[in-house]
Amino acid sequence: MPGQKKDRPQDLAARLVRGDRRAASRLITLVENGGPGADEMMKRVYPHTGRSMLVGITGPGGSGKSTLIDHLIGRFRKRDLRVGVVAVDPSSPFTGGALLGDRVRFQRYAMDEGVFVRSMGSRGYTGGLARATTDVCRILEAMGNDVVIIETLGAGQDEIDIIHVAQTCILVLTPGMGDDIQAMKAGIMEIAHLIVLNKADLEGAGACLRSLEAVLEDAGGRRTEGAWNPRVIPTVAWARRPGDVSGMEALEEAILAHQAHLRETPGLRCANERRVERELRLIFRDALEKHVISGLEGTGRKEEFLREIIERRNDPYSVVEEILGETLKKPEI
Amino acid sequence: MESKRIKVVISKVGLDGHDRGAKVVASLLREAGMEVVYLGMYQSPEGIVRAAVDEDADVIGVSYLSGEHLVFTPRIVEEMKKNGLEDVLFVVGGAFPPEDIPVMKEMGADEVFRGGSLTQSFVDYIREHVRR
Repeated sequence: MPGQKKDRPQDLAARLVRGDRRAASRLITLVENGGPGADEMMKRVYPHTGRSMLVGITGPGGSGKSTLIDHLIGRFRKRDLRVGVVAVDPSSPFTGGALLGDRVRFQRYAMDEGVFVRSMGSRGYTGGLARATTDVCRILEAMGNDVVIIETLGAGQDEIDIIHVAQTCILVLTPGMGDDIQAMKAGIMEIAHLIVLNKADLEGAGACLRSLEAVLEDAGGRRTEGAWNPRVIPTVAWARRPGDVSGMEALEEAILAHQAHLRETPGLRCANERRVERELRLIFRDALEKHVISGLEGTGRKEEFLREIIERRNDPYSVVEEILGETLKKPEI
Repeated sequence: MESKRIKVVISKVGLDGHDRGAKVVASLLREAGMEVVYLGMYQSPEGIVRAAVDEDADVIGVSYLSGEHLVFTPRIVEEMKKNGLEDVLFVVGGAFPPEDIPVMKEMGADEVFRGGSLTQSFVDYIREHVRR
């Protein structure tokens, strides 16, 4: 097929760093499907990463994440920055299908060469992102995007993987979502560098803003000297009259202020160390699991172990010890 | 861990403001296990094809309900060729005179489904004809 011939894997990485859209798109599919060769590709991509601003947007479904991103793309483009967006939506737990409906908000940039948008289904991965999102961000970085915006699926209290991918995490909330107790208990509040109170033209927005600020203020007392102070930014991302949209300039400035703070303090280096350590552990765990499972495949031993455990002749802890012991004795990983 | 999913871009084009059919088809394809990128109304052929490039889509599906099918079909085919999307399936749906079906196929649409088509017919068609 003509389309595939010119997409040879060995050329893809080279074409990617020249900013080739089609190469980026094919590489993303490759890492998303986790097929053979994906790791080899990422080895070539990795040296070209680490220079972009990584901005994460999370918050409940319908809070206005995509609409805010639409405004942010426009603002970053005015500064002549290239923008990549990866937007995650949930996959059906039953069929694996997904309706990816974030892109519909960004189509006004459809013909802008400086904007690349990719939608992803979560494919059963919990935490608010898809398994391959980290690698997709790297591909968008290597492509030459100055800013990479990551949109999580609709997230509530505990989907906090965005903190492991983005440098600046923005939590989008709206009025009417509960009292300050809800805000105090949600783990997702703790990861936010900026909280956007969107739909700030709705009734109850003033009280909501005050209670969010109070929660942040209380948490502020427990923060160390020189650490970033999260703030709340009220916005109206969509209005019947476009002139009524507000807060976008404040949001853009706050993002840039946080990015500057990261670069002026040890913040970015510390975050990078945590991120790399976690990623090493994950990749290692995946590789070990793959190695161990493939060693059992076809020997009938897996079935034997399962039977033993179910019939209580053995237990899962001893089985893991036994398999791990054997694996570590064999040097050829 | 390897998994491949069929990815479909579903869109309206031009000034046609009737998006019910496109939404129904998008939901049905999702239920059939496909990943569907929904673009909504008032799209241009260039914008639809750009989305298919960025998303590495296997299929472009366009719904016509206001008589612009003979105008936009050749423009979408042309734009697909320009972007090297020869291996992407182009499927048309909507309401139009039956005698226009062969005309659209002649213009380069891979398959055409009119209102009243059974869900299984277009799901099966896509599964059997996806080129990659």
